Amino acid sequence: MSGRPKVLLLVTLVACAVLSSFSGKISPYYYDVIIGIGINIILAASLNLINGYTGQFSLGHAGFMAVGAYSSAWLSLTFGYSFGLGTFATTSTYFLALVAGGLMAALAGLAVGIPSLRLRGDYLAIVTLGFNEIIKGIIQNAEPLGAQRGLGGMVQHTNFFWTFAFAALTVYVVLSLVHSTYGSGFLAVRDDEIAAEAMGINTTKYKVLAFVVGAFFAGVAGGLYAHFKQFIHPEGFNFLRSFDIVVMVILGGMGSTAGVCLAAVLLTILPEWLRMVDDYPWLPEWLRPITENRMILYSLLLIILMLTRPQGLFGTENFRRRPA
Amino acid sequence: MIEFLQQLVNGLAQGSIYALIALGYTMVYGVLRFINFAHGDVYMLGAFTGLYAAPRLLQAFGGGPSPTGATAVLVVAMLICAIIGILIERLCYRPLRERPRLTVLITAIGVSLFIENAGQYAFGAEPKSFPEIISDRAVEIPESLGALSTLTITIGQLIVIGVTLVLLIGLRTIVLHTRLGMAMRALSFNPLAASLMGVNADVVISFTFALGSALAGAAGILTSIQQPSIDPLMGVNAGLKAFVAAVLGGIGNIPGAALGGVLIGFLEALVVGYINPTYRDAIVFAVLILILLLKPSGLLGKAEREKV
Amino acid sequence: MQFGGLRCISDFSFSVEDGQLVGLIGPNGAGKTTVFNLITGVYRPTAGKIAFAGKSVIGHRPYRITARGIARTFQNIRLFSSLSVFDNVRAACNMHLRHGISHALLRGTGFDREEREIDSRIVELLEIFGLTAERDSSCRALPYGDQRRLEIVRALATRPKLLLLDEPAAGMNPTEKIELMKLIRFTQEKFGLAVLLVEHDMKVVMGICQRIAVLDYGKKIAEGTADEIQHDSKVIAAYLGKQTHA
Repeated sequence: MSGRPKVLLLVTLVACAVLSSFSGKISPYYYDVIIGIGINIILAASLNLINGYTGQFSLGHAGFMAVGAYSSAWLSLTFGYSFGLGTFATTSTYFLALVAGGLMAALAGLAVGIPSLRLRGDYLAIVTLGFNEIIKGIIQNAEPLGAQRGLGGMVQHTNFFWTFAFAALTVYVVLSLVHSTYGSGFLAVRDDEIAAEAMGINTTKYKVLAFVVGAFFAGVAGGLYAHFKQFIHPEGFNFLRSFDIVVMVILGGMGSTAGVCLAAVLLTILPEWLRMVDDYPWLPEWLRPITENRMILYSLLLIILMLTRPQGLFGTENFRRRPA
Repeated sequence: MIEFLQQLVNGLAQGSIYALIALGYTMVYGVLRFINFAHGDVYMLGAFTGLYAAPRLLQAFGGGPSPTGATAVLVVAMLICAIIGILIERLCYRPLRERPRLTVLITAIGVSLFIENAGQYAFGAEPKSFPEIISDRAVEIPESLGALSTLTITIGQLIVIGVTLVLLIGLRTIVLHTRLGMAMRALSFNPLAASLMGVNADVVISFTFALGSALAGAAGILTSIQQPSIDPLMGVNAGLKAFVAAVLGGIGNIPGAALGGVLIGFLEALVVGYINPTYRDAIVFAVLILILLLKPSGLLGKAEREKV
Repeated sequence: MQFGGLRCISDFSFSVEDGQLVGLIGPNGAGKTTVFNLITGVYRPTAGKIAFAGKSVIGHRPYRITARGIARTFQNIRLFSSLSVFDNVRAACNMHLRHGISHALLRGTGFDREEREIDSRIVELLEIFGLTAERDSSCRALPYGDQRRLEIVRALATRPKLLLLDEPAAGMNPTEKIELMKLIRFTQEKFGLAVLLVEHDMKVVMGICQRIAVLDYGKKIAEGTADEIQHDSKVIAAYLGKQTHA
């Protein structure tokens, strides 16, 4: 029992490395989608720690992703090629850039988490949205980061191994944190803050920690994204992106890591599938709005989900009820 | 000094719009303790209702811009928005009355995005030109008032401020002097006691949504008189600022919403006039974060304690 | 303690000794739960002193006061609704952890050992209070009386020296109340605690408390043994109102 989660992680990492070597055999299109799935898994699982397990409704996750993307991109553009010592050095620089991006994002998580401590539900959501916009605004006005033009020229370091290795790591961290006596603090904060404090749990610590850890991995996801698409733009990290991730967490079921990962897979594939369907000549006209503008479908999906099955695919009916 | 006064006038006109929208947020929060994310989009729908209804209405009232025609457009927009508000509440929020507030919040976001995107699909994403429903021009200020005559005040601005005042007085009358208004207030203080005293919560809530949405619709028309370019996403920015206004004034507090709207209008005008137009949105966000950190109950609101 | 214009508690001077079972009673709205909230740090007193084992507790966050050795239950049961019975108690063991986040992540042998220790402690506690059978069920599935017992178990998991019970008998039938009285006395003896009990049910209070204080409109109007309290004219007046002459 003791070593099992770690062994599992190691095995997964090895599997990723092995699978990665076959990357060349898939078409670029499918490869694109697969990497997208991996990145979304990281985003969904990390947001789930904040929203699902700790009950803090954060609507600004894309902001943390942006911090990580731009930090790592800037680092690798500024320092990455001065090594020229071969693949090992370049790969290490990349790894360090990713981690640095994650750490910068973690700092942003701290900056967002601390002021948000006293806010509940609706207000917390709005404030995190606000921070997302502020981060975007800062980037848009920062010349070294390309401002409104975007930032490009990154080398495509991201591959199957890096993406899914970090995905596995994210899942491992979230799960091992939450399934421990230490992690029961998160769940207690979610269920009843006042009772949690009375039972000796430092609610501030757990709320901030959730933001910091969640933001870290969002930042890593950002770095992976930046070094895959090789071009990033502030508008790509706006509220709609945050909303995308939130839908994954809700669809999967807040508080179920397996659920949100599955939802991440489904919702990455969905737009692609819609694109394919849109090309079918026999598609009835009235369906066209949905296939052309996936946001219409997303928002409808969300409304219907909330009306019929708010706990998502795998979540439990455990939302805290607020007195009217 | 004149420059400052000019900004005040501009701010008052813009602030009136925010005040009208903010009232909807605050009233719904008062009776349901819930932030209706989709409210800003009702404002947009009001403007688009005007867009499509105006040509026909103006024809009926003598062709071309006129006060009667404009009033007709305003009333029609307010009615349609009231109905839309009631529909949204009935279909999407009422079934979730007993559920945790997080569920309703997410639903509201969904409704908002749906309206925005469906609007983009139905109306087309490019901005449209709102027809002239009233002749807008600058008011002639007599030279005898000296420096004041250099101010630019348009008929449009006066109309916005005037109509807003009328609507505010109307709202106050309803809230303070009618039974429905009293029921609204009762519901906002103590829902359980109110329903035990015979207040039909469903009817009152629908009424609240209708009122708030009608005001938002009015705001949509009024804004289009001054800025005739409308698009399906216009509710996002205005809605957010109106929300900040509602929080600034004290969410749940009706005079607070009006006050907050005007203050945000002033603030915006001052930032545009004296600092830098590009910081306009960021400053408003900063205000939101500041209030929530320093005095979450707003200027006129009272803090609510959770019973332990 | 003042809330805005309301002087909630204005004259309350009281102490609980080691190992004592003390009761706090008073008509509705007298301020009894407020006293609890003041002691546990939920409210900060606007005036006065509160000290535990010689050191002041004013201004501390509730979790630090719990760390000093004061635990409580709530008037309206506040269990962790999404957690099982077992995990509810586990959450309360969080504060005594020797290992931190790095251990939870790296999962060395130290982590496993401590988790096992915690598990066996929880099993023991549940056993003592007869909740072993339901250990993995959702706490919301428990009958009311068991939920109250779980709240007590959870509070005990924090290893307190003083246990505050806020109306533990609320909603119970007479049989359950007798069980509760035995349970409270048993708990106090077995764990060597001081217990401060807020209760409305006179039989419960008079039956087990060694000393009782009476609160009325935020002021202490009497203190003494069950017998003394029962015959105190001020107490009778507070509960029944003054005698009116027909």
